[in-house]
Amino acid sequence: MPERSGADGPALGPRDLRLVGLRKAFGSAVAVDDLTLTVPAGSFFALLGPSGCGKTTTLRMVAGLETPTAGQVLLGEEDISRRRPYERPVNTVFQSYALFPHLSVEENVAFGLRRRGRKNVKGVVAEMLELVELGGFGRRRPGQLSGGQQQRVAVARALINEPEVLLLDEPLGALDLKLRRQMQLELKRIQTRVGSTFVHVTHDQEEAMTMADTIAVMNAGRVEQLGTPRELYERPVTRYVANFLGQSNILDGSVVEVRGNETLVDVHGVGLLVPGRLGAPGSTASFGVRPEKALAVAGDPTHRDPALRNAIPGTVTDVSFTGLSTQYVVRTPWDQELGVFTQNAGGETLVRRGDPVVVAWRPEHTFPLAAGTGAMPDDEPAAPPVMAPVSS
Amino acid sequence: MNAVVQAVRRHAVMAVGVLVLVYLFLPVAVVVLFSFNDVTGRFNFTWQGFTLDAWRHPCRVPGMCEAVTASLQIGAIATVVSTALGTLLAFALVRHRFRGRESTSLLVFLPMATPEVVMGASLLTLFVNAGVATGFATIVIAHILFTVSFVVVTVKARLAGFDSRLEEAAMDLYANEWQTFRRITLPLAAPGILSGALLAFALSFDDFIITNFNSGNTITFPMFVWGAAQRGVPPEVNVVGAAMFVLALLCVGGAELLRRVRTARR
Amino acid sequence: MTALLTTPTGAATPAEEPTVPPERRRVPYLLLLPGLLWLAVFFVVPLVTLVSTSLQTGSLEEGYALTFSWSTYSDVWSTYSSQLLRSFLYAGSATVLALVIGYPLAYAIAFKAHRWRNLMLVLVVAPFFTSFLLRTLAWKIVLADDGWVVGALQTVGLMSDTGRLLATPAAVVLGLTYNFLPFMVLPLYASLEKMDPLLLEAAGDLHATPVTAFRTVTWPLSLPGVVAGTLLTFIPAAGDYVNVQFLGTPNSQMIGNVIESRFLTVLDYPAAAALSITVMAVVLILVVAYVRRVGARELL
Repeated sequence: MPERSGADGPALGPRDLRLVGLRKAFGSAVAVDDLTLTVPAGSFFALLGPSGCGKTTTLRMVAGLETPTAGQVLLGEEDISRRRPYERPVNTVFQSYALFPHLSVEENVAFGLRRRGRKNVKGVVAEMLELVELGGFGRRRPGQLSGGQQQRVAVARALINEPEVLLLDEPLGALDLKLRRQMQLELKRIQTRVGSTFVHVTHDQEEAMTMADTIAVMNAGRVEQLGTPRELYERPVTRYVANFLGQSNILDGSVVEVRGNETLVDVHGVGLLVPGRLGAPGSTASFGVRPEKALAVAGDPTHRDPALRNAIPGTVTDVSFTGLSTQYVVRTPWDQELGVFTQNAGGETLVRRGDPVVVAWRPEHTFPLAAGTGAMPDDEPAAPPVMAPVSS
Repeated sequence: MNAVVQAVRRHAVMAVGVLVLVYLFLPVAVVVLFSFNDVTGRFNFTWQGFTLDAWRHPCRVPGMCEAVTASLQIGAIATVVSTALGTLLAFALVRHRFRGRESTSLLVFLPMATPEVVMGASLLTLFVNAGVATGFATIVIAHILFTVSFVVVTVKARLAGFDSRLEEAAMDLYANEWQTFRRITLPLAAPGILSGALLAFALSFDDFIITNFNSGNTITFPMFVWGAAQRGVPPEVNVVGAAMFVLALLCVGGAELLRRVRTARR
Repeated sequence: MTALLTTPTGAATPAEEPTVPPERRRVPYLLLLPGLLWLAVFFVVPLVTLVSTSLQTGSLEEGYALTFSWSTYSDVWSTYSSQLLRSFLYAGSATVLALVIGYPLAYAIAFKAHRWRNLMLVLVVAPFFTSFLLRTLAWKIVLADDGWVVGALQTVGLMSDTGRLLATPAAVVLGLTYNFLPFMVLPLYASLEKMDPLLLEAAGDLHATPVTAFRTVTWPLSLPGVVAGTLLTFIPAAGDYVNVQFLGTPNSQMIGNVIESRFLTVLDYPAAAALSITVMAVVLILVVAYVRRVGARELL
């Protein structure tokens, strides 16, 4: 696999975590399929996907708890794929923490240091417990702590070893919503402070977006798309990503013609503009628009804003008010339901159920999707999703 | 009305349970009581008066204390060996997937399903055919054999609830295979191994039928009781029985107390 | 954005190998080796020896030779049919009794004892710490003709003045029940304890009477414990000869007594071996039936 470096990409850091052609099969079930990606040193990286997508298996291969069927795990130029877990500068915060029940909090935290022969660990341990705000809990047993406290012990126990890479396997999954929010910020704070590479596995898209610099969305053992939270949200390249992160209105049609940097697509007789050159006239094209980018207006939308050049007529079938926004469902003449979120900023014209409206948005807010029918997060393994390269 | 029926039902079950416990303890109480019997004559079957004589000089009955010593020695050796063998077997059965696992389970179970008289007889035929004289060593061999399955069961029960992620966590925290075993696996499995060992010792110390087939001239405590039963059991024998009972209860109580103190202190 | 993603090249996938490295695959066998060796030498080989002994003919003076004579079996079956039948009858009665009185105890410990649970469990096991022989001898005292039990029963009129308990089949069955009761209670408790008490509440909520709830929910769920307890009680009871010796009479012997005297006193090895194999075969049939019923997984 050629590495991209120099001219068309940023130089590789000396201790980036690199997965090259990584594959893991359990019998005939392929958990991770030819995965190649680079996690820059010092970044907060999230592997996001539903359960069973291979993200935890990937993490375990990095930790050394699973042996790859094929491929390599590299730290900089160093191949660590065949090293035992205790020979890697990598530590893990386990999903249900896996704190040692027979050892005190202190001894749990000191465990890694002691195994590496460090003496006089008391001071360092106390310092680390302070960092995770557990000073004074050192003599307790893990069983006497709350879920949030146990989670912080698990973080402290891993971090005290100053790992080059810290792996977090759904570390907040067992916590309630409020505590989870708080721990998200706390983990982010700790990462900024210690500067290690964090690889965070989660199925919670909001958690990944809040914490990570870079997210890799995984599906069925592969990475669907990789990018910053904003890139993934604004420019999803597959249906899977478009639906897994937030909601999308997805439309299918055929190309009429390419007009400069835009493509005119015919969707059930409605002409819509999509940025980019989608293909030869007659070829099928799919694209989407986020509900909050669209408006539902009565009459000609270009009267309100000339930039609202994409418009689909329809009828309002449902209106729900959520406080922050009003959410409309609009049924198109071909019976597709489109979502429209209007921010509750005041001064909106009221639209009622049954009103004829036009759903309108700016062509530049449209995101083209890779051809083919990608699997939705909800319906299980349809056709294998399309793998799309992302330019950085 | 319903509440009354419920209450009666709850207490009825408990009352039956307590009665059954009384049934279980009745003979124990008799054993303890008759260790204080002031026996005149050969048979310790009727209450004749209270005395501490038997407790003061338990060894005055010829051969009894030698028999107790033999039983303790046999029990100690058999316990060490069968705990080691049983623990290894339990680890293999719980922690590993291998070909023949089901048949191994069955083989380990079968000694428990074998009537003692059959096991004792079969071992005796082996020793007779091999020309091995029965005695101390053959008793030890037999005791290891019939206790090992019980050790496996006990240790397995403890290991079944073992979270293997703890070992992964240890390896992730720079503990190699040996350190992981020494620092995590062993301490967490220890209570199971300990109860397995205690069970093995108790079974060995109390075994009569298998021992009877393979004892040669060696006399264990149960063998001594069997012999004495023909002539009349002196109260000193009851003293040993009662003392074992009290000792065992003290051990159990002490262990429980230790556990509580530990959890309270931490 | 600095992270890079490259499209897969569709490289040929290597053969799907189990990922346990070969030196680790040996580990379970190394763990098994000493224990299985012990079981093979001192359990399997002796059973085979026992079978071969049962097929020998000859006499103690002239020595025994393997002649594959099955006649020993038919001989001992006809000679000792009453002892064989009595053994299984006594063991069966003791097992049923142990189930009947052990079930409420196990149930009480599992669902009613709450914080006394551990104490009650210790109490179930505690009698074991006193010698089995001594406890059986203690029953001899309790059931003695001039003992208080017989006295009380005679006073109340439940027993004639010449009636006795000692040296009766009832005393033997009582002794057997007593000796192996904990082997019934512990597996029962183990399977009841696993049960969610909410299930019973749910059954009650669905208008099941307590009896129906027991019949349709508790009992079926405790069945593995019932079967395990039954086996663990029946097997040792069928082979026991101590209870008959202490509490029974010489003319109510069980098969254990016969095997013991044939082996240790008469030294008629083929007959004793044939009887042992017979007992073992009956037990094995029971075990196989058990495995069929609840699966080998529940055995250990």
